[in-house]
Amino acid sequence: MNIYADNAATTKMSKAAIATMLDYMENVYGNPSSLYGIGQYAKEKLEEAREQIARIINAQPREILFTSGGSEADNQALLSAAAAGERKGKKHIISTAFEHHAVLHTLKKLEERGFEVTLLPVHTNGIVRVDELEAAIREDTCLVTVMTVNNEIGTIQPITEIGAVCRRHGVLFHTDAVQAVGHLPIDVAAQNIDMLSASAHKFHGPKGVGFLYVKKGVRIQNLIEGGAQERGKRAGTENVAGIASMAAALSESVENMEQTKARLTPVRDRIIKGLNEIPHSALNGDPDQRMYSNVNFSFEGIEGESLLILLDRKGICASSGSACTSGSLDPSHVLLAIGRKHEVAHGSLRLSLGEDATAEEADYIIDAVKEIVSYLRGFSPVWRDLTEGKKEFIL
Amino acid sequence: MALYSDKVMEYFLHPKNIGVIEDADGVGEVGNAKCGDIMRMYLKINDDEIIEDVKFETFGCASAIASSSMATELIKGQPVDKALTLTNQAVAEALDGLPAYKMHCSVLAQEAIESAIEDYRKKKSQ
Ligand SMILES: Cc1ncc(COP(=O)(O)O)c(C=O)c1O
Repeated sequence: MNIYADNAATTKMSKAAIATMLDYMENVYGNPSSLYGIGQYAKEKLEEAREQIARIINAQPREILFTSGGSEADNQALLSAAAAGERKGKKHIISTAFEHHAVLHTLKKLEERGFEVTLLPVHTNGIVRVDELEAAIREDTCLVTVMTVNNEIGTIQPITEIGAVCRRHGVLFHTDAVQAVGHLPIDVAAQNIDMLSASAHKFHGPKGVGFLYVKKGVRIQNLIEGGAQERGKRAGTENVAGIASMAAALSESVENMEQTKARLTPVRDRIIKGLNEIPHSALNGDPDQRMYSNVNFSFEGIEGESLLILLDRKGICASSGSACTSGSLDPSHVLLAIGRKHEVAHGSLRLSLGEDATAEEADYIIDAVKEIVSYLRGFSPVWRDLTEGKKEFIL
Repeated sequence: MALYSDKVMEYFLHPKNIGVIEDADGVGEVGNAKCGDIMRMYLKINDDEIIEDVKFETFGCASAIASSSMATELIKGQPVDKALTLTNQAVAEALDGLPAYKMHCSVLAQEAIESAIEDYRKKKSQ
C-alpha cells in the first residue's frame, strides 16, 4: 500500500490545477505589463484569478497581493506592520511560541532592530488563550500575529475571537493561514483579519506561489524592488500560470471542503484511537480543536527518524518533530511549546491525511506504526531503563 | 538522491549484534535522550583480552543505529587494544559515508566502545 500522509508538508497538485497550468503555459504566455493583445489577455486572466481568490475569502480583489508563497507573505506582512509601527513609535509585537519559522525568524530579525516581541504560551492543548492575548496588548503594540492552524499539531486557533479583540484595541492583526486556506472557511471581513498569508502548494496548487491578503488602508512595504507589478508592492513579472493554477486549486478545494471534513474526521479519529492503544504514547495537541487531517503522536523510548524510514519502507510517507529529521540539535519548537520534554518530542510522528484517505488505510497505518514502535523499543536502551524502573515514564 | 548509502540502510534495516549480554565484562553508554541519541554497548572479553562477543542497544536515528552496529562488527574478535584505535572516520567509511550532519553518530559509536572498555578495565582492576 502507498499512502502519502504528509499533506501538511506539501500536496499533490490537483488535476484542475495541472490542466490550468498547462493551458496557461501554452496559451497565456504574454507579459501582463505589455500593451498588445496577448499581454493584455494575460493581464485579464491574472485579474480573473485575483477576483476568484478574493471572493473565496470575502476580500476585495485589490486586497490580494500575489507572492512566491507563504514565507514571502509572512515576511512582507510582518516587516510592513513593523515599519508602520516604528513610524508611530510603536515597537511591540505579540505572537505565539509555535509559529512557523517564516514568522519566528522574521520576529527575531525585528528584535535585533529594537522591537519587543511577546510570544504567548500555547498551553498543553496547543491553543492560544484570547484573554492572555488581550492582556498582552499594550499602548505600543503595533501587531498581533497568530497562525490560523498550526502546521505540526494541527490545532485550530480562535482567530475570530482574536480578530475581534484586536479590532477593539485598534491593533493590526495578521494570521499565517497557510495550513487553513482551502481547508477551513475563511472570511477576512467577518473575522476582522487585516493581513493573511496563504500558499498554493498546501491546497493542491503549485509550489512557489501564494498570496498575502492586505485589508484596504493597511500600509504595505515591498520586499523586492523593481517594476510596478502588484501596484508597486511586489516587483517581478507575474507568475500568471502559477497564479491561475492556484486559483483553480483553491476553488476546487473550497468546493469540496465540507465533504472532505465529513469524510476525514472519522478516519483521523480512527487513527488516533488506534495509536492510543500503544502503551506510553500520547496525542499532541487538542483532540477536537484540530484539523480533520492531522494526527500527531509522541511515543516514549523511540526516535522519530528511524520510525519514518521504516514507515517509508511500508509505503507510508509521514514526518516527525525529531531533531534528526531537521539537521538541528533540538526537536520541534512546536512540541516543546506545548510542554513536551525533549525525550518524547524526538519520538514524534505527524500524519497529515489526504482528501482520499480511507478507513482501510487508517488500519494499515495503525498496524504499521504499532509494529515499528514495538520493534524499535525492542533495542532501545531508553525503553529498557523505563521498563526496568530505572527511569520514570513521561507519557 | 537517497538520504543514506545502501550500506547505512542495510545496517539500519538488518542490524547485526543487536541485544544485550547479561554477564558482560564491560558496559558503556554514551549520548543522552534529550539530544536524541543513546548508545549502550556490551562487551564479553576473554583472558587474552580478545573481544569475544559484543552487543548493542541504541535509541536514535537510522545512522545512529547503523553506526553502532557497524562499530560492533569492526571490533568483534579484535584485541581490546586494537578496538581502542577504532576511529569514527573508520566507522563512517565502513558505512560508505554519512551525511555531514550525521557524523556525530559515528563519534558516538567510537565513544561507546571506549566507554565499554573503560568499564571493563575498571572492573578488572577492582
Ligand atoms: C504555517 C506555515 N507557514 C508558512 C509556510 C511556508 O510556506 P511556503 O512553503 O509557501 O513558503 C508553511 C509551509 O511550509 C506553513 O506550514
